[in-house]
Amino acid sequence: MLIYTLKRILLALLVAILVSAIGFGFLFLSGDPAVTIAGESASSEDIKYIREFYGFDRPIVVQYASWLGKAVQGDFGKSYYFKLPVSQILGDRLPVTLTLGACSLAFALLLSIPLGMLAAIRPNSWIDRIALMLSVMGQAMPTFWFGLMLVVLLSVWFPLLPASGTESWKNFVMPTIVLGYFAMPALMRLTRAGMIEVLSSDYIRTARAKGLLANSVFFKHALRNALMPVVSIAAVQFGFMLSGSVIVETVFAINGMGYLAWESITRSDFPTVQAIILIFSLIYLVLTLLADLLNAWLDPRIRVA
Amino acid sequence: METRALPTLQEISGPTPGQRLRRRIFGHRALIIGAVVLGLIILTAVLASWIAPHDPYEQNLTARLLPPVWHTEGTWTHPLGTDRLGRDYLSRLMYGARVSLLIGFSVALLSGLIGTAMGVTAGYFGGWADMIITFFITVRLSMPVVLVALAVVAMFGGSLSVIIVVLGFMLWNRYAVVARTTTMQIRSLDFVDSAKTLGCSVPHIVLSEIMPNIFSNLVVVATLEMANAILLEAALSFLGLGVQPPLPSWGLMISEGKEYLLFDPWLITIPGVCLLLLVLAINMVGDGIRDVTVPESMA
Repeated sequence: MLIYTLKRILLALLVAILVSAIGFGFLFLSGDPAVTIAGESASSEDIKYIREFYGFDRPIVVQYASWLGKAVQGDFGKSYYFKLPVSQILGDRLPVTLTLGACSLAFALLLSIPLGMLAAIRPNSWIDRIALMLSVMGQAMPTFWFGLMLVVLLSVWFPLLPASGTESWKNFVMPTIVLGYFAMPALMRLTRAGMIEVLSSDYIRTARAKGLLANSVFFKHALRNALMPVVSIAAVQFGFMLSGSVIVETVFAINGMGYLAWESITRSDFPTVQAIILIFSLIYLVLTLLADLLNAWLDPRIRVA
Repeated sequence: METRALPTLQEISGPTPGQRLRRRIFGHRALIIGAVVLGLIILTAVLASWIAPHDPYEQNLTARLLPPVWHTEGTWTHPLGTDRLGRDYLSRLMYGARVSLLIGFSVALLSGLIGTAMGVTAGYFGGWADMIITFFITVRLSMPVVLVALAVVAMFGGSLSVIIVVLGFMLWNRYAVVARTTTMQIRSLDFVDSAKTLGCSVPHIVLSEIMPNIFSNLVVVATLEMANAILLEAALSFLGLGVQPPLPSWGLMISEGKEYLLFDPWLITIPGVCLLLLVLAINMVGDGIRDVTVPESMA
């Protein structure tokens, strides 16, 4: 188990380094950042000064190494736009996005697990059909459009919820529904498929033959085993939701990382964009790492292979 | 004396595999519905320049924000109304289908080539090649797609080719995963071994022994990624970092209609429903192909 854990951590670290290098390289290709900072009307001396001040005249590898060295200590440089340390801005924004992500995941799980279970108990029944319809629509609906439709319904026609902002919990209701619904189809299908497989397995038949109560068989024996893969996919889905938060937060003007990412891209605020890309992939890597370790701990077959 | 006709080959062996396949296809209702809807959208896109009632770029500031025909003030001159610049909405939708389909097909093809090449290499050779390619798949999965695509478009501008290239280079992972696992299953089968024993070259084995057997799986992935690419293009255009005006893209039309959400919600409802229908149709076709191409014994 220890060797497996170490191997997985090493792999995650390698991936993180490569992702940050790709992100850094991309933004380096985008042209001279000194010109961007100085603005249209700057003289060539100004640009030269800025170039030296920020160290843009050094080779890219040196720049990357120094950026990475500082990033490891939590220093992502200064935002070109806010003129503040990026880490300070992210400190304000990250909790908002994590809250939204956690609420959405909770919403998705609360919707998909009971639906998936009910659909698995009675395949091809009306509840199975409704569950299928919901998941098919969830896959095909553009998230930003679903968000706007909810605004039309719940802010314009029936003014129950605010259309944008971050002031109160009410602002989070619609984004949670949109982002959670986006993650629901995969989770529901997996619960349904896992449950159907487990319910037809030998040990469930044995448990039933022993005369155990139906409830006990269902919750104690079947559900536990069916939900194992759901846990690891939930981790992956959380990562996808962070990526989706860029769209959803922009639609609802939620002051989180996703909205910040979009604003920073349109303002060419590279240090901020780089930091957000790195943090999003780190969160994804940590979550998948934890899910893998959890699965390996639960199922010894994985860690031997 | 009567002569009894000999039973034909048909009657002895039952329907041929081709006949059975056709029967499965036409017995699959969702596949047929999806294919018909998708076909109609493709036809509209191809024929847009002939069947569109107006020029999609022609502005008419005296006829701004006209409602669709089912409204009390709607007219048949502009069946789906006009946008904020007085451009005919139906014509823009028809031309918008071109953008979505072009992006969908091109991205599915480009990412398919990249992903299949990587997946087959990893699955066929195993060992180091497999380790390196699996590592790249992990790297790709940990990169936030929307964010990277937005950043690249912001840098290089929102032309169709930039969007196709960036999405093509981001969405190959599922092809790679599927190609890798299916190739692994097939490479140890007898007919591949026989080809090796006969001295066939690696490209020959891959192209004529492995590819035909993993192709239907890859087509299913292609439909998924096509739908994915269409939704991503719409999202990028909606955020202002995708297809640029005045080109009609459904995502961009929703973005332009956003300000009129209060009084003219149809400006965003109509293109949204088009996107939903297109993606729904593609997904139905994909699910259908998966259902009808499962091995004969399982059908």
